Amino acid sequence: MITLAILFTLALLGVILYLIFRIQILGSVYRGTYNKRVSTSNKVNATLFVVFLIVGGGAFFWSFQDAKPEMTVPVASVHGAWVNDMFWLTMAVIGIVFVITQVLLFYYSYKYQFREDKTAYYYPHNNKLEIIWTIIPAIVMAMLVFSGWKAWTKITNPAPADAVVVEITGKQFNWLFRYPGKDNALGLAKHTLIDASNEIGIDFNDKKAHDDIIVNEIHIPKGRPVLFRIRSRDVIHDVYQPNFRVQMHAVPGMPTKFWFVPTKTTAEMAEETGNPDFKYELVCSQICGRGHFAMRGTLVVDEPEDYEAWLAKEQPFLEKNPDLLAKFKNAPVQVVTAGNEKGKIEEKAAL
Amino acid sequence: MASTDISLTHDVHHAHDDHDHDHHDQHFIFKYIFSQDHKVIAKQFLITGIIWAFIGGALSTIFRLQLGWPQATYDWLEPILGKWIEGGKLSPEFFLSLVTMHGTIMVFFVLTAGLSGTFSNFLIPLQIGARDMASGFLNMLSYWFFFLSSVIMFLSLFLETGPASAGWTIYPPLSALPQAIPGSGTGMTMWIVSMAFFIVSSLLGSVNYITTVINLRTKGMSMTKLPLTIWAFFLTAVLGVLSFPVLFSCVLLLLFDRSFGTSFYLSEIYVAGEALSNVGGSPILFQHLFWFLGHPEVYIVILPGFGIVSEIIATNARKPIFGYRAMIGSMLGISLLSFIVWAHHMFVSGMNPFLGSVFMFLTLIIAVPSAVKVFNWLATLWRGNIVFTVPMLFSIGFVSLFISGGLTGIILGNSTLDIQFHNTYFVVAHFHLVMASSAFFGLFAGVYHWYPKMFGRMMDDKLGYIHFWLTFIGVYMVFMPMHYVGIAGFPRRYYSWTSFELFSKFADLNMYISLAAVIAWLAQFIFAFNFFYSMFRGRRATQNPWRSTTLEWTTPVNPGHGNWPGAIPTVYRWPYDYSKPGAADDFIPQHIPYSETASSNLPHEKDLA
Ligand code: HEM
Ligand SMILES: [Cu+2]
Repeated sequence: MITLAILFTLALLGVILYLIFRIQILGSVYRGTYNKRVSTSNKVNATLFVVFLIVGGGAFFWSFQDAKPEMTVPVASVHGAWVNDMFWLTMAVIGIVFVITQVLLFYYSYKYQFREDKTAYYYPHNNKLEIIWTIIPAIVMAMLVFSGWKAWTKITNPAPADAVVVEITGKQFNWLFRYPGKDNALGLAKHTLIDASNEIGIDFNDKKAHDDIIVNEIHIPKGRPVLFRIRSRDVIHDVYQPNFRVQMHAVPGMPTKFWFVPTKTTAEMAEETGNPDFKYELVCSQICGRGHFAMRGTLVVDEPEDYEAWLAKEQPFLEKNPDLLAKFKNAPVQVVTAGNEKGKIEEKAAL
Repeated sequence: MASTDISLTHDVHHAHDDHDHDHHDQHFIFKYIFSQDHKVIAKQFLITGIIWAFIGGALSTIFRLQLGWPQATYDWLEPILGKWIEGGKLSPEFFLSLVTMHGTIMVFFVLTAGLSGTFSNFLIPLQIGARDMASGFLNMLSYWFFFLSSVIMFLSLFLETGPASAGWTIYPPLSALPQAIPGSGTGMTMWIVSMAFFIVSSLLGSVNYITTVINLRTKGMSMTKLPLTIWAFFLTAVLGVLSFPVLFSCVLLLLFDRSFGTSFYLSEIYVAGEALSNVGGSPILFQHLFWFLGHPEVYIVILPGFGIVSEIIATNARKPIFGYRAMIGSMLGISLLSFIVWAHHMFVSGMNPFLGSVFMFLTLIIAVPSAVKVFNWLATLWRGNIVFTVPMLFSIGFVSLFISGGLTGIILGNSTLDIQFHNTYFVVAHFHLVMASSAFFGLFAGVYHWYPKMFGRMMDDKLGYIHFWLTFIGVYMVFMPMHYVGIAGFPRRYYSWTSFELFSKFADLNMYISLAAVIAWLAQFIFAFNFFYSMFRGRRATQNPWRSTTLEWTTPVNPGHGNWPGAIPTVYRWPYDYSKPGAADDFIPQHIPYSETASSNLPHEKDLA
């Protein structure tokens, strides 16, 4: 019934609008403006452009300022600060260009609106002008590229040897975390070995795997380099942590990595943001299926001492699940797929 | 250029003229459906494109409802959506398929086929002075392949398991594994088949456009006298011919992986409780192939807009386009560069960071020709005598949106900054302004401008103004705030933002964006009404309603088969002689010889008279 009423109202509205439209046409035919080259609409539109510039521009700058506290994500890593500075610098550069070009566009539209008594200025080209406005953007671009390139090289250089290594494996729809343990080397993992008790598919024939630690939440020390070794076991995921300005795809069959130095502990961030429950959140930002939007992981940055204390308390996965090894003792066959595949995996794990 | 060409085309056209007469009382089916006339084919592309645009828009409206009002229940949509509503909520999988189909439809079906298909077909013969396309038959096939492709894509919307839902970029393994998402079952197969036909359609069209522009220009129409529209369509077609085949290979290999157990893109996967046997494939390979098309594709979408807008701004500012040669040069530069920047979509995909450096460098170079275009448009407005016709409003809107969206490309093109912004709403905001909105504005500008030539009637101005202002304000209200959400790191293709503390602050903003999106979408019905109403009841057009210089306005109001009833006019001058000092009127059409305009000839033109 209500649907019917709504439909009826809409239809009525349509009819009324149509009638207004017809009357308006008849009116303009009657007034004779229908066939004039330029009617008062020209002035109206020209004026609206200026109004749009002022009101729209004002609304934009106001809303930008208004949303700024929410949109600025506090930085918590060394390179994050570079990224942040470079971002605001680039924003300033493009902001200037934005204002100049938009103002000229709408101002010219208004200023040079049609007048019967005027003719446009025949001005087909000016080589000097064109060269100038090719070269200036080229120089500005060159400067931006150069600073971007310098930072990019530093960020993507190999991680320092003493970096804390954390392996992050993406799966539909959560993250799995593994530490290399005392030997500081991650054991092999193979997708064929995955099952409910061994979600990463760790190969316990590999001695290096025996002390590997699996946790539900990442802990990392403040001020020390941290290397994420990133893998996926099904589709592409994307490890994204906005505070650290860290982002790297997790690709099945191709381990990736990203290293950085965290600069603020969770407690410090809680204070800075005024949120006592602050948590560093790991986000998946590459579409990965039904649960993509909820693929959340958490991470804690500790003072180095606290981190060491935490790590010392964590038991290797194998110690917690001793039966796993038995399974491998019974069936050590997985390795038969020929030495070279194993070699390949080792090579990848060493990346 | 080549006087031999011209005599050749003349002969051809004689033959054509005779044959014209036998076909004048063609059967309806051949006249309007299996037509080989470029003008009819253009209208077929246009109307199919408009229908697709409304479908694509409707899909986005549904997912914006979900993002704007995540707590609301959508039982009332159940009659339409059936089991996609789970307990009063949209299902997350359905959300993803909406996002995917919205992207696919808009990028390929509306802004590639709808835009190039319409205007390249319609304007190339009319503006270069040809009777029709080089091959009317291939041209007809091009439309019907597009139609077939459309039917397949449309049917896939009704599959039990849903249409493709791995994003319009269909990255495998997600798109290869039905176990990972139901849309990757039959839906994805239909997507691939549909796109294969689409590529065939696009290639047939492009080959035809290129051949026509090269061979069928009328006497005197050298490449440097072509209107910028034609240059734009020509380069668009070249990009299409070079890049679409790569997409074809790309999806073909995906099809093999899906159906025949190959491992081009798959390696070491454990999904749905089972380890797959595929090893050695690389998902990164797919991305390289996809973006090798994907980046040129975004220029395929925008170049026709460049051409249309240049033409309309010059006509309505009553002023020659500033820097005609620089405009051609920048389009050439952009076309060339568009082939060597693709990996800027992959800075953090795990590819070698050194490649990232190279692609950052190449990407930021492409901003220079883009900037030159904007400056030249501004210089064209400067000291003009501007008539704000509806197409002119849309053209100015185009420039504004292109600036706003292009500038953020400079941020994304910097690999260091892309670490923060990749896959966030910042990217969504960037390309919706620079590509989606701009290209749509180019499309609207073109429709309003050439409507009188297409249908012999004018569209209503007042409705056009209302349509323009609602749309212009609407798209800015939708996409500007998306930058804010993006700067905060909000990832794209999220069904809901409530699981993260990081993003939970934006409830109001998301609601506001959704509201603006719905309004902007509704405003398009004004356009639809105006478009179909004016076809039958619009004011009758005069022969040259915009007082324009190009050849299409020398044809009769309703040009018949063959375009010009008599001989094709000869061209003597460039297309931008507006407001030439000393001229009788404020425009001199291209077919007026210098001998008739002694009072306005420039020194170097005296010899040409
Ligand atoms: C000023 C020059 C431009 C630069 C430097 C630039 C740069 C970029 C970069 C680096 C990305 C990738 C962002 C990411 O995914 O992390 C991107 C995305 C995109 N750009 Fe641009 N862009 C420019 C102009 C354009 C133009 C003119 C168009 C279209 C007409 C366009 C359309 C797109 C599209 C569609 C995407 C997103 C594709 C997707 O992931 O779905 N861009 N742009
Ligand atoms: Cu691109």
